[in-house]
Amino acid sequence: MEKKTYTVSIYTENNLGLLSRIAAIFLKRHINIESITASQSEVNDVMRFIIIVNVTEEQIKKIVGQIEKQIEVIKAFYHTDKETIFQETALYKIKSEDFLDDHNIQDFIKETNARIVTVTREFFVIEKTGKRHEVDHLYGILKPYGLMQFVRSGTIAVTKNEMPISGILEKFNTTNSIS
Amino acid sequence: MEVKTASFEKKATETTTRVSGAEAVIMCLLEEGVDTIYGYPGGAIMPVYDELYKYQDKLHHVLTRHEQGATHAAQGYARVSGKVGVAVATSGPGATNLVTGIADAQIDSTPMVCITGQVGSHLLGSDAFQETDIVGISTPITKWNYQITKAEEIPEVMAKAFYIAKSGRPGPVLIDITKDAQFAALEFSYKKCSGIRSYKPLPEVNLVEVQDAAEAINNAKKPMIVWGQGVILGGAEALLKQVVEKAGIPAAWTILGLSALPTEHPLNVGMVGMHGNYGPNMLTNKCDVLIAIGMRFDDRVTGNLAHYAKQAKVIHFEIDPAEINKNVHADIPVLGDVNETLKLLLELLKPNKHEAWHQRFKDHYKIEYDKIIKNDLNAERGKIGMAEVIDEINKSSKGDAVIVSDVGQHQMVACRYSKFNQTRSNVTSGGLGTMGFALPAAIGAKMGAKNRDVVAIIGDGGYQMTIQELGTIFQTKVPVKIVVLNNGFLGMVRQWQQLFFDKRYASTEMTNPDFVAIAKGYHIKANQVTERAQLKDAVKEMMESEEAYFLEVKVEQEENVFPMIPTGASVSEILLE
Repeated sequence: MEKKTYTVSIYTENNLGLLSRIAAIFLKRHINIESITASQSEVNDVMRFIIIVNVTEEQIKKIVGQIEKQIEVIKAFYHTDKETIFQETALYKIKSEDFLDDHNIQDFIKETNARIVTVTREFFVIEKTGKRHEVDHLYGILKPYGLMQFVRSGTIAVTKNEMPISGILEKFNTTNSIS
Repeated sequence: MEVKTASFEKKATETTTRVSGAEAVIMCLLEEGVDTIYGYPGGAIMPVYDELYKYQDKLHHVLTRHEQGATHAAQGYARVSGKVGVAVATSGPGATNLVTGIADAQIDSTPMVCITGQVGSHLLGSDAFQETDIVGISTPITKWNYQITKAEEIPEVMAKAFYIAKSGRPGPVLIDITKDAQFAALEFSYKKCSGIRSYKPLPEVNLVEVQDAAEAINNAKKPMIVWGQGVILGGAEALLKQVVEKAGIPAAWTILGLSALPTEHPLNVGMVGMHGNYGPNMLTNKCDVLIAIGMRFDDRVTGNLAHYAKQAKVIHFEIDPAEINKNVHADIPVLGDVNETLKLLLELLKPNKHEAWHQRFKDHYKIEYDKIIKNDLNAERGKIGMAEVIDEINKSSKGDAVIVSDVGQHQMVACRYSKFNQTRSNVTSGGLGTMGFALPAAIGAKMGAKNRDVVAIIGDGGYQMTIQELGTIFQTKVPVKIVVLNNGFLGMVRQWQQLFFDKRYASTEMTNPDFVAIAKGYHIKANQVTERAQLKDAVKEMMESEEAYFLEVKVEQEENVFPMIPTGASVSEILLE
């Protein structure tokens, strides 16, 4: 079966150690995590992990099943690139002298919709938010000028379809208040 | 009802008692109905042991001789009683010694709560004496784990621990408690946990799935059931029997499903898997509907998946959604506790008989009997065979004993030949295959089923992995019966070496000590059998013993267990010799 990039979204209770519990599920199956982010979700006290992996659909189904089994995981979903809106951010640090001497760079920045974050005598910091290939594209352009530093964030994504987390939590509250 | 979240704020409504964290731990155990725990003291858990001293009349603490023994004893106790087994250990090596038992309980879905002491919270992360990250270590092998650093967390976390361990698909939970949390005082009040919002132990039953299953079964010409431990864990033994009888379906078991249906039931057609019976393995690849009930299609059951029941429509009754389609595609998944789903199924089933189909199982049994079983049970020459010993125990137990087996050839023989009338009678390490399991597990099993005979069947290899638990038997006077089938080899590995490694017996031959003398050293009655003529009386004496009894039987050294599905082969390529 063909491998694809999948975005796994995991809604969890904010619990110490859950990250290693989730990571262990990938580790056990020898699957490399391409990127991972964790942050507060749209629901109070609920965290959302976004994990990007390159696997087959059969694999991702099983992994999501194992993730959902974890006690503090409220719900996990997987989506293909087509089903999500996803972005990542990268920072590029370059020497000021390279930047000032070569007008091409300034053009590249405009063309790629990048942004200058900081300017000092010694260095410039440029920020680019976009799809992975756009970040890669700018990296390719700036690399020959000698990047002092380069860093990219994990992918963050929202799905085109609704995520019924509030509904799931609501249902728990109702079922348990009856008893 | 209050929603359980990660916060531990106490409501000031209930009446509370001011106690230490350590005392609270014990009070929680009593609230959960625990009467027996297994453990080993040490520095970081000493406050809890100090409180145990006070509660000796209410809580029986069994001092095992190694923490691994404590976990296996807790498992044995849980497996026969259906209650949560409890093991206690100190930090560092005490905690790491629990790991094998926790992993075993995880893969065999055994409800267990392990409590470990931890260094003081101010020392966490400082590489303090006997500090180890047991929460990190046990993460992949626990259903849930948690480190308590504040005394006031104890009641709610303990309540969650027991709820998680026993609900849904059961499993082990580890609670690590820092020493300062054991010393600190809290206002104690206890409320059992009845729900956790992120945890759904029971999937909702979908009636359509049950209807689809019933229709497929009603239309089947050659249906076959394979049931597993889910039937026992769900308490659905009687329902299984009714389903089997009403629809007239031949039913086979996995190693952990054994004893859910009496051995002598006419539709019980034996064990599936690597050393299972010939009929159910062969006919797995002939049936038209394969009904899997509370089992997980382990590789030892399925052999080569590419050639497993490909012709059959597969119905999978299962409580754990992650098991559906994990190894074998389920044409009709039926999610839910089998106790619920089988009840619904039973009503929809049409009474049926599949006599011609059932006859094929009998025909296969005849082949297996002539080729293997007859010789296993009725050898007249040579050394005693393992099956003869099991058969002799059957004659004496009449199928009412709990059989605890270790891992290896004797385990396969014990499961193939033991007779059972009652459920929860077979205790063995199935998924993990933990050598050394049986001796401590038998201690727990006897304490969990006080009115039943408990017979441990152990090989000479596995016996020596936890032999120190003879000390526990001596001290507690727990009347277990221990049978060591001594062939002087790590028999199963030796069998593989013979069959697949050109008889290169690398490190499988054992020079063994005088086992009878060792047992006697622990003041346990002991006997040794070397000749067939002595076997009957020796087994009888053991079975009639009111106190713990050790019996060593010198068996044939190079016996092989057949039938056998070689690794990578299909179930229908099972070998009879």
